[in-house]
Amino acid sequence: MKTDYDIIVVGAGPAGSVTACHAARKGARVLMIEKRQEIGASLRCAEGISREGLAKSKIVVDRTWVSAEISGAKLVSPCGNSLRLNERNAGNEVGLVLNRHLFDKALAADAARAGTEIKLKTSATGLIKEGGVVKGVVGTSYGEPFKATAKCVVGADGYESQVGRWGGLDTTLKASDITTCFQYRMTNLKVEPNFCEFLLGSVAPGGYAWIFPKGGDTANVGLGVLGSRLKKKGEVKAYLDKFIKNDERLKHGQPLEALAAAVSVSPPVEKSVAEGLLLVGDAARVIDPITGGGIANSCIQGVFAGQVLGECAEAGDFSDAALQRYEKLWRDELENKLWRNWMVKEKLITLSDKTLDDIVNVLSESDLKSMSVYSLLAALKEKLPDLVKEFEQFI
Amino acid sequence: MSAADWMIVNVDKCFHCGACVGSCPENAIYLAEVVLEFNDKCNRCGRCLHLCPVGAITMEAKK
Repeated sequence: MKTDYDIIVVGAGPAGSVTACHAARKGARVLMIEKRQEIGASLRCAEGISREGLAKSKIVVDRTWVSAEISGAKLVSPCGNSLRLNERNAGNEVGLVLNRHLFDKALAADAARAGTEIKLKTSATGLIKEGGVVKGVVGTSYGEPFKATAKCVVGADGYESQVGRWGGLDTTLKASDITTCFQYRMTNLKVEPNFCEFLLGSVAPGGYAWIFPKGGDTANVGLGVLGSRLKKKGEVKAYLDKFIKNDERLKHGQPLEALAAAVSVSPPVEKSVAEGLLLVGDAARVIDPITGGGIANSCIQGVFAGQVLGECAEAGDFSDAALQRYEKLWRDELENKLWRNWMVKEKLITLSDKTLDDIVNVLSESDLKSMSVYSLLAALKEKLPDLVKEFEQFI
Repeated sequence: MSAADWMIVNVDKCFHCGACVGSCPENAIYLAEVVLEFNDKCNRCGRCLHLCPVGAITMEAKK
């Protein structure tokens, strides 16, 4: 059995598969391991993504993994004021609700066609290191001891982010940079089939509630509460059940799937590269701190990681200097926006329901050019300058 | 006594979502597919209890 590779990717989510695919296309010998018995399951995601995010990560939309095409978004304030952004002014920021069970498999299939070897039910439990340099992984595969060596290990192990911490990269989060979530995929709802809805305020303290359509009368209905706002054990599910019970459109709905998850809403990690190791996706804490969306950024990082690792394999050079090119590429693309959105989130979580009502009012009276965070902030800067002065330099 | 003795997971409540794993400041929790394992880096800080979305984790008082 083959046990030596150029690259071992730990985790077969979008970040891992995109990394594996782009590296393998350049001829790298890639192994991708996934601890679950099925790629894309179990779900831990609300499944929304912008078309722009997919385009930037060079993923061509395939209807087989699209649950709903979205024509607009609705932002609802605590007292029920709403801001509707339709296709005309929502542009490429509006997107799709995915079927992650199929999307993740499609990305893994692309990686396989490029030459990646995939092992399911295979967990990493530690790293092989020589003189501080990562040289491979140890773990279990179908219950038997497993060991494989590589010139670079990629931690694409999601929110859990074990690989990075084993390799000495600090991905520790503060409680105020963690949102814990609960979601049902529900059916028998009276919701708009092409609008994504975001509900702000004390319905979900420090986070928001969402309704993302999944086709017909079915939608992902969930919410996230900031870790520092939780008071009682298991409170997130209680918040969601209360939200559903109080909403006329949702209260007769029934669940088809329930899920729990946590997402990071943190600034970017200080380092995503160590010797013989790099991190991609949620493991690298690259989730957007305002929206909690992570698929697009994960895939964008995956493209950069795969390209750099492919070049490393071509040149036979996996030195720290060579791997650092990945760090630079993703930071140039994403870092400023992540910092800005983290600062905006830090401000948003301090706002009262009354202020959130005012914000939604102001925005609904503005002529918004798009629904990007940038254009929402630009509109607020004009009408409520005090609100945005702490991060004015990013607008 | 080891962490495995004082950290108690209600397997009927647990969604194996990994929220506790990624939130642990000491990296003392490992999710073996669907089973949470605590190691002795655990210092009883209680963050995992607090952040678990479904309240599946409890901690026994220090004896």
